[in-house]
Amino acid sequence: MEAASQASALPDTPAGWPERADSILDLVGNTPLIEINRLRQGVSPRVRILAKLEGFNPGGSVKDRPAVWMVRDGLRSGKLRPGKTILDSTSGNTGIALALAGAVLGYPVELVMPANVSIERKKIVGAYGAKVTFSDPLEGSDGAIRLCRTLLAANPEQYFKPDQYFNPVNPLAHYESTGPEIWAATHGTVTHFIAGIGTGGTIMGTGRYLKERNPAVQIIAVEPDDAWHGLEGLKHMASSIVPGIYHEEQLDRKISAATDAAYETVYRLGSEEGLVVGQSAGAAMSAALQVARELDAGVIVVIFPDFGDRYLSTSLWVGWRDWRERGQKTGVGEAC
Amino acid sequence: MSVRVRIPTPLRRFTAGSEEVGVSGGTIAGVVEDLERKHPGIKERLCDEQGRVRRFVNIYVNGDDIRFLNSLDTTVKDGDEVAIVPAIAGG
Repeated sequence: MEAASQASALPDTPAGWPERADSILDLVGNTPLIEINRLRQGVSPRVRILAKLEGFNPGGSVKDRPAVWMVRDGLRSGKLRPGKTILDSTSGNTGIALALAGAVLGYPVELVMPANVSIERKKIVGAYGAKVTFSDPLEGSDGAIRLCRTLLAANPEQYFKPDQYFNPVNPLAHYESTGPEIWAATHGTVTHFIAGIGTGGTIMGTGRYLKERNPAVQIIAVEPDDAWHGLEGLKHMASSIVPGIYHEEQLDRKISAATDAAYETVYRLGSEEGLVVGQSAGAAMSAALQVARELDAGVIVVIFPDFGDRYLSTSLWVGWRDWRERGQKTGVGEAC
Repeated sequence: MSVRVRIPTPLRRFTAGSEEVGVSGGTIAGVVEDLERKHPGIKERLCDEQGRVRRFVNIYVNGDDIRFLNSLDTTVKDGDEVAIVPAIAGG
């Protein structure tokens, strides 16, 4: 029971936001849980759905947690020191978070991203002063991973690579922050934890903490239903480079999310709950609804990794009204 | 008449692993039809049951998104490059 005793030694209540912060990095974490009140058709009144709004992090996403944890760990270990450049591959949000951390701490940041990341993401990392190398968009995020490895191999002494897909400090960030926050905010009543798989850091770290607190908590991961999908930020494991931090055997269940269902959920969250979120949040919410409908009673916590403003130029929103008016001649998506 | 179509990793199982294939077309709709003739099964990945481009599928002609051109009616000519671009996964 070593794990259980470790967990009980952790504080129930996270530190919370300081009244005055010395650094924007001190405001990472402590994001709110919000009750989903309307988007719950067919759900028992004894089931609560609580969304954790990670868009409230300073860099705008859940990725602030692992990025700050990994950078601080690099500083502690000496792997990141003056003269080094922070380098990693990212689909966007981790890059934004690393760029933020580098700007605050005075370290240059270089990111490898697929060339088709949204224009909003490109502009945000540029605003933080990071340099971006674009990888072949047709190779997806695995192409960015491979190109990043090549850049590192060419100049290993120049770089500190947080290596979000393989660094155990990524899930540790969630073990030490996301998990305790959820436990405290639900007063230990959480019964189901649901999150999408990007690197696997959120589901692994948070899941481990919650399991140590209460082994009955169900840890449920959400992934795209197919290798060919439109759920930016989520990984279809069977067709991807599997992150070293991802251990499927520690999950209670995996739910496959269809792109269309996730997109529809995003639109409904906006108009019915006042929450304009990203497509990965839509996928997680559609899975949460599926689980909720199976239950008689429970407290479901679902991660919404970011808000939707950084996707306004993507296929999630471009042409969405036309898709909602199927059957009308719209000029978009005419028959093949 | 040949248009080069760049195939993303998740769809290369339809093209025997090829990253790029040549098709004829005239329009993107024609390109999709010729792709399907030469690489059966690929159209269903690009278009829904009503024959419309799936909303998450990004198709570019010489770097321009067909959503901002004429969708499936976008014209293509010899030597044009059509790219089918996947969503960005993970982290």
